[in-house]
Amino acid sequence: MTLDEIKQILDLVREHELAEFELEQEGVKLRVRKKGQEPAVVVSPAHTLPLPLVAAPGVAAVAAPAAEAAPAAEVAESEGVELAVVKSPIVGTFYRASEPTAAPFVSVGDTVRKNQVLCLIEAMKLMNEITSEYDGEIVQVFVENGQPVQYGERLFAVRAR
Amino acid sequence: MFKKILIANRGEIALRVICACREMGIKTVAVWSEADEHSLHVRFADEDVCIGPPRSSESYLHVPAIISAAEITGADAIHPGYGFLSESAYLAEVCEACHIKFIGPSPSVIRLMGEKSRARRAMKKAGVSTLPGSDGPVETEEEAQAVAASLGYPVIIKASNGGGGRGMRIVRSGDELAQALRTAQREAQAAFGIGDVYLEKYLEAPRHIEVQILGDEHGNVVHLGERECSVQRRHQKLIEEAPSAVITPAQREALGKMVVDAAKAVGYASAGTFEFLMDAQNNLYFIEANTRLQVEHGVTELVTGIDIVKEQIRVAAGERLSFTQDEVKMSGHAIECRVNAENPQTFAPSPGRVPGGPGVRVDTFVHAEATVPPNYDSLIAKVMTHGRDRTEAIARMRRALEMTVIEGIHTSVPMHLRILADEDFQAARISTAFMERFLAPAVPSAGAGKAPAA
Repeated sequence: MTLDEIKQILDLVREHELAEFELEQEGVKLRVRKKGQEPAVVVSPAHTLPLPLVAAPGVAAVAAPAAEAAPAAEVAESEGVELAVVKSPIVGTFYRASEPTAAPFVSVGDTVRKNQVLCLIEAMKLMNEITSEYDGEIVQVFVENGQPVQYGERLFAVRAR
Repeated sequence: MFKKILIANRGEIALRVICACREMGIKTVAVWSEADEHSLHVRFADEDVCIGPPRSSESYLHVPAIISAAEITGADAIHPGYGFLSESAYLAEVCEACHIKFIGPSPSVIRLMGEKSRARRAMKKAGVSTLPGSDGPVETEEEAQAVAASLGYPVIIKASNGGGGRGMRIVRSGDELAQALRTAQREAQAAFGIGDVYLEKYLEAPRHIEVQILGDEHGNVVHLGERECSVQRRHQKLIEEAPSAVITPAQREALGKMVVDAAKAVGYASAGTFEFLMDAQNNLYFIEANTRLQVEHGVTELVTGIDIVKEQIRVAAGERLSFTQDEVKMSGHAIECRVNAENPQTFAPSPGRVPGGPGVRVDTFVHAEATVPPNYDSLIAKVMTHGRDRTEAIARMRRALEMTVIEGIHTSVPMHLRILADEDFQAARISTAFMERFLAPAVPSAGAGKAPAA
């Protein structure tokens, strides 16, 4: 389950003013319960590891065992602003531009759209385009051009909108 | 010699390779999945790269991630360990294309030995005795019936590309054959991606004997004697020893020569193991060759004093074997117990104690704050002991296991202690049917909880 999907579910819960919502699929159990005015979210992976969710300030999801009455985090996104992190899906070498002399695909302050190319990662002589999962603004670039990146390494912070 | 080796594996074997590299002054790169971030192989390598999520297919089995990790760290060789990609001709080929040395035999040898029915034919041609069988994949029931009738029941159906006991079916009569054939083909397809199976005469209670070899790229091949791994549960080896209690020096020499000749015939240049079954009359039949380091290589190291991993790295770098056949001397007897987590799941063992003392070697990735991810195999430690003879090696093993403390999980240590106390085991009256017999009467105590499933 992606962060986007969870956000959509939260929006639906809010829109339809549901008190509680539960979903179970592919080993993931999601429970949303309204607490006061805000819904609380518990995501519990059936496997042992937290979901590979982007961990950013203000994100509403916490991983917790299903059985516990989890003290869920408050949703802090009522104004629709939060930072999302684009992480590297592969191991390779990070490039900010299509060729050494070209301008970077994106820089801090740029507005990006979902599926827009943010960078290239070279793996086994192939250039892999890494695209944004969000509409928003680039607020940080974590890696220098030409540096190796590992799986799951942070590449960009995006202020999603 | 290599400057930097990437170890495409995890757990105790990754650490074992790191030990060899450190002694040789070679830098190491550990790769890890998100489940292994705090594992010891990551801590003791010079560099490390996260290559993917916990699922093996997206990390330790993912060739592009491993090659990329080697490229970004500048590793000039990859050691695959055992399991995972250790017998992947594809990885060996990609390594060749990327000018990274794969520490193992050539892709063509891996491929030949990986197709069990082809390997059988090649070995037969090289003068190695094989079990009577179909000499090729069997597709239809009619074909299978004809082959089985000529072999005589029982027969065993095996996956052509198999290993580890999967895709195997023992058939005792013609009525069971059709069903067993379909199941084995389905299992082979699911487990190995290729549904080919072949038939072989099934030996009821054979001993499992295997010969360790080392070859270099200059045509030299030596053998390091045999290991016996007859104590198995569901085709998984539990206890291995070197030498076998029943192989005579004359038989060892003949068997070793036969294997060395066969390995030379296929151009084998690395560490490898040729596995045989031994019937009640002490006849040996080739079953398969493993083109990699094996879990149980340590017992051979204990009795020969040869570091197989270092030698494997040297020959991969193009060097000649550092010793000749005449210089291989066996001393005493060694035993290994594989300590497994009995119901693997993530756990944090409370500070445990790994055994020590004279004649004991422990290869493990477990430490006080270690976790055992449920994503991978359940082996947590290999406890090995060496003695002047089998009796002393067994006594040391019993003492070592009694002094082992692992809390927080169930392990196979209690079962090993029971096996070591068994009269038949002590008298070396063992075969691959040993565990079946051994586990049968031990079931009733329901309260004991973890009686191993039959």
